[in-house]
Amino acid sequence: MWEYTDKVKDHFFNPKNVGQIENPDGVGEVGSLACGDALRLTFKLDKNGKIQDAKFKTFGCASAIATSSVLTELIKGKTLEEASKVTNRDIADYLGGLPEQKMHCSVMGREALEAAIENYRSGGKKKHELEGKVVCTCFGVTEKEIERVIRENDLTTVEEVTNYCKAGGGCGGCKGEIEKIIEKIQGEKAKEKQIAAPQKAGTLTNIQKIQLIQQTINEQIRPALRAHGGNIELIDVEGNKVIVAFRGMCAQCKLAEFTMKDVVEARIREFVSPELFVEEDKESAQQPHNHIT
Amino acid sequence: METVYFDNNATTKVDERVFEQMKPLFCELYGNPSSMHTFGGQIARKISRAREQVAGLLGCEPGEIIFTGGGTESDNAAIKGALAAAPNRRKVITTRVEHPAVLAVCRDLENHGYTIVELNVDKKGRLDLGELDEQLDENTALVTVMYANNETGVIFPIEQIAGLVTERGITFHTDAVQAVGKIPLNLKQSNIDMLSISGHKLHGPKGVGVLFVHKGTRLSPYMLGGHQEAGRRAGTENVPGIVGLGKACELALNNIKEENEKVKHLRDKLEQAIMKNCPDCRLNGDKDNRLPNTSNISFEYIEGEAILLMLDQYGICASSGSACTSGSLEPSHVLRAMGVPFTAAHGSIRFSLSRYNTEDEVDYVTEKIPPIINRLRELSPFVVK
Repeated sequence: MWEYTDKVKDHFFNPKNVGQIENPDGVGEVGSLACGDALRLTFKLDKNGKIQDAKFKTFGCASAIATSSVLTELIKGKTLEEASKVTNRDIADYLGGLPEQKMHCSVMGREALEAAIENYRSGGKKKHELEGKVVCTCFGVTEKEIERVIRENDLTTVEEVTNYCKAGGGCGGCKGEIEKIIEKIQGEKAKEKQIAAPQKAGTLTNIQKIQLIQQTINEQIRPALRAHGGNIELIDVEGNKVIVAFRGMCAQCKLAEFTMKDVVEARIREFVSPELFVEEDKESAQQPHNHIT
Repeated sequence: METVYFDNNATTKVDERVFEQMKPLFCELYGNPSSMHTFGGQIARKISRAREQVAGLLGCEPGEIIFTGGGTESDNAAIKGALAAAPNRRKVITTRVEHPAVLAVCRDLENHGYTIVELNVDKKGRLDLGELDEQLDENTALVTVMYANNETGVIFPIEQIAGLVTERGITFHTDAVQAVGKIPLNLKQSNIDMLSISGHKLHGPKGVGVLFVHKGTRLSPYMLGGHQEAGRRAGTENVPGIVGLGKACELALNNIKEENEKVKHLRDKLEQAIMKNCPDCRLNGDKDNRLPNTSNISFEYIEGEAILLMLDQYGICASSGSACTSGSLEPSHVLRAMGVPFTAAHGSIRFSLSRYNTEDEVDYVTEKIPPIINRLRELSPFVVK
């Protein structure tokens, strides 16, 4: 059971400004049914350019509904200039805080607001679109968005980033990339907390090398393949030759060769040793595989 | 406000008669059953009695019962113990819809070089036995398939699967935590090698479980230490738990048919009323092959946690397969494996009943649900009026 503040409960059970404004000046739509929460914000300006009325419709859990309700309360009476300064922190603080794992609800509120303002400024033409490189493909989160939540909320771990914008919360295949973004922004502060990546040792015995390869496959490679219904198995290591077999969808996939070089070999070289090269086990490719669809 | 408890697949109320049996074992009869003195020795007899009671419900020999610390421990012990006893075989077959106590163990084994095959289910949550048959080979150490699903109540054809698997000389384990006490068993006439039970799912106490191990099944002990449970599970016995579980099994055996009929009637009544009064909802799982107490319903366009919180206001307890309730970001792995669309999975609610539920409670819940669903749909951007 979540520990919600009385304010969250109040805004969930008695939300303010539910609905949608007819002929609104701005519309902001973010999230989707598939993602588990979605918010449509509409607002109307008065003749002085201040937000006269704002309404919301939200699909989501209690905190998603409560943050939407608070968002509309916070922006009413503000000019667009003032409203655009509202951060996800402001929303969460107004509610007396949210559980860490629910912080993404407050970020969704801020995103909807931005989308609605953008929509207004483009004369009602522009809809919310993803900008720049998508890092988390499961939830469609861009590098720009991740950078922003890290800065605005002073985040230092991947887990925190997931709590704030969902990135990394699906297959987990992008966790390494998120780690790098945190490091880029937070510098030394991030490094103290990071422990996820395997430590590369100077000289390895055969047993240490094999264990490190297995660990790299387990932590850095398999999660990404699993997300696409595939899998990988370490068959053997002969000198610098690492023999693996693809399973599931990967075994039939035309892109498997690309994955082999670009993902498997690259990661193993990065985390174990640059001399290693990867080959696919031909025999086991003939075996029936695990059909995950 | 009265509590209406429709969450019996999560845990159940301890039967008063079970609790009565447990009470003296804390402050009066607190001896260690392994002791040489009479004070401790009399406790060993109570454990023997409990073993007979459990064996009675399962239809097996008392010597085939190992008491454990719960369903999760039973599953861990069965899987790891069977693999340790067959070091030359490196493949495990399971399903995509198992409880985490099995699925997480299997996925961890993958990190230790095992090949894990997760069988698919169809839209109704049913297995394709042809797929299983294709996967069985000389490298397969263990097949572990749950008896009945905790989220949807869907029952797998376990006897048929056990026959198929053991015929090939492969060990078969089933997590029967949700099935025992609801489905009659006779393990003497069965090919099941190992079966897990949890005490608190059948009106017994928490923290105690059973692993049935068919005589002759090769299994390495998982918990090492003293010689308890004939060396198969070390550690001083949880005496009150074991005695309570024994009594709970005895009660289940005596009342299984009668209770199932009553509970099924209540479940069907609840389900029909909800489906009739709420538009845009769907039943998840095979309607015909289902536990008598479980109903898993998806309410489209709204989210499960919000529904649960609204129900909670009225003292109604249920569960959801939505992402938000678990703290993860993706909805239930069971519903996803069945291909339930995300839209419906996020709005799924599980009602699970027991013999303690009444017609009045069903009527009360039936009355409260439609306004809650309507209220949340008014908030949803996906519902266009």
